Amino acid sequence: MASQSSEPMYIAREPIFPRRVSGFFRTLKWWIMIVTLGIYYITPWIRWDRGPALPDQAVLVDLAGRRFYFFWIEIWPHEFYFVAGLLIMAGLGLFLFTSALGRVWCGYTCPQTVWVDLFILVERWIEGDRNARVRLWNADWDLRKWRLRLTKWIVWILIAVATGGAWVFYFADAPTLLVDLFTLNAHPVAYTTVAILTATTFVFGGLMREQVCNYMCPWPRIQAAMMDPETITVAYRDWRGEPRGKKHENTEGDCIDCMACVNVCPAGIDIRDGQQMECITCALCIDACDDIMDKIGKPRGLIDYLALSDEEAERAGAAPKPIWKHVLRPRVLLYTALWSLIGVGLVYALFVRSDIELTVEPVRNPTYVTLSDGSIRNVYNVRLRNKLGDDRQFRMMLSSDDILRINMEGEGAQTNQVTVPANESLIQRIYVTARPEDPAASRDRTDLRLWVEDVQNGDRAGRATTFNGVEQ
Amino acid sequence: MDHNEKDIDDVTGIDTTGHEWDGIKELNNPLPRWWLWAFYATIVWAVLYTVAYPAWPLVNRATGGLLGYSTRGEVVQQIEAVEAQNATLTAALASVDLASLSEDQMLNRYAIAGGAAVFRTYCSQCHGSGAAGAVGYPNLLDDDWLWGGEIEEIAYTVRHGIRNEVDSDAHWSEMPAFGELLEEQEITNLVEYVRSISGQQHDAAMAAEGTILFEEQCTACHGEAGMGDDSLGAPNLTDAIWLYGGDREALTETITYSRFGVMPPWSPRLSDAEVNAVAAYVHQLGGGEQPATE
Repeated sequence: MASQSSEPMYIAREPIFPRRVSGFFRTLKWWIMIVTLGIYYITPWIRWDRGPALPDQAVLVDLAGRRFYFFWIEIWPHEFYFVAGLLIMAGLGLFLFTSALGRVWCGYTCPQTVWVDLFILVERWIEGDRNARVRLWNADWDLRKWRLRLTKWIVWILIAVATGGAWVFYFADAPTLLVDLFTLNAHPVAYTTVAILTATTFVFGGLMREQVCNYMCPWPRIQAAMMDPETITVAYRDWRGEPRGKKHENTEGDCIDCMACVNVCPAGIDIRDGQQMECITCALCIDACDDIMDKIGKPRGLIDYLALSDEEAERAGAAPKPIWKHVLRPRVLLYTALWSLIGVGLVYALFVRSDIELTVEPVRNPTYVTLSDGSIRNVYNVRLRNKLGDDRQFRMMLSSDDILRINMEGEGAQTNQVTVPANESLIQRIYVTARPEDPAASRDRTDLRLWVEDVQNGDRAGRATTFNGVEQ
Repeated sequence: MDHNEKDIDDVTGIDTTGHEWDGIKELNNPLPRWWLWAFYATIVWAVLYTVAYPAWPLVNRATGGLLGYSTRGEVVQQIEAVEAQNATLTAALASVDLASLSEDQMLNRYAIAGGAAVFRTYCSQCHGSGAAGAVGYPNLLDDDWLWGGEIEEIAYTVRHGIRNEVDSDAHWSEMPAFGELLEEQEITNLVEYVRSISGQQHDAAMAAEGTILFEEQCTACHGEAGMGDDSLGAPNLTDAIWLYGGDREALTETITYSRFGVMPPWSPRLSDAEVNAVAAYVHQLGGGEQPATE
């Protein structure tokens, strides 16, 4: 059957030559590019003093040491829920923005969009604007074409290497790794990571571009489910533009069919055909069309950010709804509420996090030990974590309604003190003993509370646990 | 439908495949060509992979792969790497003076962690995974030791064992079966006496009778006061800890038939470092004794 179709089974990519454009959204996108790329490249180089035993890199994912450092926050593996919470917030944030403003993530901040924008900028500097690039594309492979292509590819590769290179700095001390990378002393994993990310940056940003969005990325399809007719998105005012035609043809529509919107489009589509899966709502067609409208003396906004429900209302001669009415919809409010809830929860969890981290695990194998004088002893494994850059000394104490005694194994047994080295966790065996005549010795369960006190500053933290006696 | 006619979708203007499910038709959009190349690349990759790594099952075993990789080999490599990494510590542990082990925190922690693994592998069958023992198998968590609770004494016991005929240096002592030497009533009196010195409920008159018997028969090993002697493995009879039970029935059985607890020597099976490690582990379980200071 397929053989009877005139459509081929496979198609080559149609080259796209986006024309240079200027205007509000283009300027906004330049700024977003500067800020996002700036954050990406500069962050690993920010220093943050945490004391002698801890790294002084502000943002560091220490996979080998299982630590995540973010300025004043240190995340240990048992607190990974903070990272999970941030990822959930990122997901909900995407839902929120998409339902309110369409694919703004795709159009402005997606790394694919940002790097493609950068690669097109380089392409334009080296090969010229749209018309020059089309001519170059059709030209034979002479010396000039080779020279321009090679120059472009080399610059692209340099950007790609810098991109892959910046990535690995998040996982090791950046200044050391930089030296190691150049002196060939870095770990093979670092070189492999840089190589893979260099390749993907070059191929995705330079060669594949919109193919990544159309065929590889799931978001264009998933995000459609977040949008409805009230969502504000980039659209063409069909009722105003049609019937389109050249100015001298005296057609009634405002669209003069100049193809400016098509020529600037990095996705290679025609926004006048309506909403399309390929449209990343980068808004460059708005800038291009506004420019033309100014020139022919028509009002701006033939292509504009608008809700599809407004397009219909305007067609019927009614006024469009104000923007806040579009934005304040139940689903937007719901996403906002969920997003804020998790955000507040995370911030709360972060600030109530105890400075002393401990867990108390009663040893249940066996539940108690009889000593030679008939005393009953319970054993507890107390895990203490020291997240600070200096050693910390803790004293073990307990409080209970019954007479129980605490003592412990190891160095500081005389004073019930234990030193936890900087950036380490330690399990300390603690003994709690009841004399034979104490009620706790002959009772199944006795509640008690183990306390840990920081000897230097007097901070305390406690955990409730139980003491098991010999039930008579 | 007529296969010679194209079926164009009204909305998109794109040809359909002609397949229809409940009125839903499949558009016949062409695939991007790079996708096809990526597909071919995965096939090439798969073939190369099966050549490079173990893959194809044969009669006896699978093809080995040109790279000679195996998961077992990887485990062996990793174990060797860890052993190499710990070689210095292991060597230090093998020759350490155990009495001063706790002064070297790093080595002590290494010994305790390694000793815990040795204990779970070789000792837990009798002494229990929590080291709480069972009837006839000493509890290693308490402060009562038959053959001494200092770390070097524990290491000696682990190395040579108890009452085994394999190691001539094994701890050895044997309690007579008094059932062959004493009358039944005398044994009952002894039981009452032992219960009296360990603070348990007892018949005072019978215990008084047992006093003389105890002095005659038992003090040589258990001492005048019944406090035992850990150079002979003679238990302390005055404390609250009973290896075979402190009730009348168990005591009667012990005196009548005697007991003969055996522990194998671990020295040839465990390396010096492993013996020291497990001694350090057992010593810090709660009952470890310190050498008497002058």
